[in-house]
Amino acid sequence: MAETLIALDRISKHYVRGKEKIEVLHELSLNIEQGDFLALMGPSGSGKTTLLNLIGGLDQPSAGTITVSGQRIDTLSGGRLAQWRARNVGFVFQFYNLLPVLTAAQNVELPLLLTHLSKSERARRVQIALTVVGLEDRAKHKPSELSGGQAQRVAIARALVADPTLLVCDEPTGDLDRKTADEVLGLLQTLNREHGKTLIMVTHDPRAAEYAGHQLHMDKGRLIEAGAQA
Amino acid sequence: MASAFAQVTAVTALNLRTVPSRLGPSMVIVIGIAGVVGVLVALLAMAEGFRATLSSTGRADRVLVLRGGANDELSSVIYRSQVPTIEQAPGIRKDADGKPIAAAEVFMLTSLPRRGATDPTNVVVRGTQPNVLAVRPEVRIVEGRMFNSGMREIIAGRGAAAEFEGLTIGGSVAVRGDGWKVVGIFESGGNVHESEIWTDAEAIMSAANRGAPTSVIAQLESESQLQPFKDFLTKDPSMTVDVLSEPKYYASRSKMLSNLINGLGYFVAVVMAIGALFGALNTMYAAVSTRSVEIATLRALGFGAAPVVVSIMLEAIVLALAGGILGALIAFVLFNGYTISTLNGQTFSQVAFDFRVTPALLVQGIVWAAVIGLFGGLFPALRAARMPVAEALRAG
Ligand SMILES: Nc1ncnc2c1ncn2[C@@H]1O[C@H](COP(=O)(O)OP(=O)(O)OP(=O)(O)O)[C@@H](O)[C@H]1O
Ligand SMILES: [Mg+2]
Repeated sequence: MAETLIALDRISKHYVRGKEKIEVLHELSLNIEQGDFLALMGPSGSGKTTLLNLIGGLDQPSAGTITVSGQRIDTLSGGRLAQWRARNVGFVFQFYNLLPVLTAAQNVELPLLLTHLSKSERARRVQIALTVVGLEDRAKHKPSELSGGQAQRVAIARALVADPTLLVCDEPTGDLDRKTADEVLGLLQTLNREHGKTLIMVTHDPRAAEYAGHQLHMDKGRLIEAGAQA
Repeated sequence: MASAFAQVTAVTALNLRTVPSRLGPSMVIVIGIAGVVGVLVALLAMAEGFRATLSSTGRADRVLVLRGGANDELSSVIYRSQVPTIEQAPGIRKDADGKPIAAAEVFMLTSLPRRGATDPTNVVVRGTQPNVLAVRPEVRIVEGRMFNSGMREIIAGRGAAAEFEGLTIGGSVAVRGDGWKVVGIFESGGNVHESEIWTDAEAIMSAANRGAPTSVIAQLESESQLQPFKDFLTKDPSMTVDVLSEPKYYASRSKMLSNLINGLGYFVAVVMAIGALFGALNTMYAAVSTRSVEIATLRALGFGAAPVVVSIMLEAIVLALAGGILGALIAFVLFNGYTISTLNGQTFSQVAFDFRVTPALLVQGIVWAAVIGLFGGLFPALRAARMPVAEALRAG
């Protein structure tokens, strides 16, 4: 048994809209092991993104505790949580979220601007990250000059450049065609297997989920099934 | 963690790079603020020019003697019998012949038609002594000659000559009765006298049936003689006069109108600034909302709320400063040295003066711009910082 990286204990999340209280997550408990590649599936509105945002420290639960590497993150203030994200989490979004005015290399460099690394060291790490995703020759391209698959690979380079333990990916292939999606998923799998990253990926696509080591299914804010997959 | 400063620099640089893609809305800030600063600086430059013209008329070692309680030359009378006492008072400089450098003057208003207009406008007529050029050495006859004593001859200040019909050498105007011949044009270093016409005191007093002059102007040996001179005259019970140094007198003359122009300047600028502030707020709210996903992405990557706030405010301030500098520059180019003449509310005469766009006014305009930028950026920046990251990311 690998050690537990993330422990969610009876977390709930609700939103208040006027008089209405919308329960999105119900006392959900879950342990994720170090080095796991977890696919989170389920119908639209079941709470996948909400759960992912809690794990990634983008949002706070209404109740329950979240512990990552032994540290409670549900009690961190906004500023501390931002610092925690910068050190521990890489994000990959469905629509890449690259900054259009920056080149691929500058986009990848962004998380390193939050470190004390020198300019030359930052350039070196950006170069390595772009090489890992196979885009070292696109460093000077703007996002508008990249294909969807390339843009997502740049986003993945950005997510891993600061060497976080955890990568959270919300429908990373949702906007890509089959072949490109396979390339991106293969890349994520490599990051998990060869670089030891813990990955949590939300997807609607069962074929995409097959790249993961585990699949979890959600419905109406609850986990309904957890099974090991080849 | 990198220093807050490094984060601010990075995020601000990023913001500013996105400005070209939002050029239209950004120009709203630049142009709106350029308008505010341009108008503010122009109006204050007008007040400043007016004040400078009137206060440059003064010399600290020259004194004006008025009747006690008279606020200005127009309402003052000095009896002929008092004139010798004043001229013999201690402290007045003597000329080569040992005569005091002082002149009893009569200050009157007349109305003349302005060039190209028919309705007459007030102009100051100063009846003075033949030694006036010794009393006021800054005055130079630039055309023609000095008036002769006892004759219906006038010399016109350069400003008055430009302003009024008939004030050219050889011309003739009606002052008190017809037939006052223009024999000279004078310059006075740009001060208020250039808007006056001068003639011989005795000639004008007899034409106007006036028995007494209005004031005595005297050159002191030095500024330090002011107090003894003043003490001598005010302690004499037969005198009842006020003694003022020239700068003090002219500063009090200009105060009302320059305050009025200043007040108007600030009022118009405040109204316009409120408009520009709303324009800036609108632009920056829009900028924040079009960039909400970018901002949320940066926050997700671990950038703090403070750098986001500071960078958005800096963007607004940079745009505002661009507008401020533009407006100040336009005011400078269009108005610096621009000459106008206006009615001096306290003497009801025409005073010609230049707008003076001083460095202090430019700085003031730019400070206004920065303040508008500061507030125009503050509230949108706070909104951006409060925006929940997870929600903003969804919106993308
Ligand atoms: N800020 C919010 N205020 C109110 N309700 C919200 C808010 N954010 C999310 N929800 C609701 O929470 C529920 C779960 O949303 P979530 O985005 O987690 O679903 P999801 O499983 O990721 O769906 P999808 O597959 O469509 O992305 C939805 O019903 C959504 O409307
Ligand atoms: Mg979702």
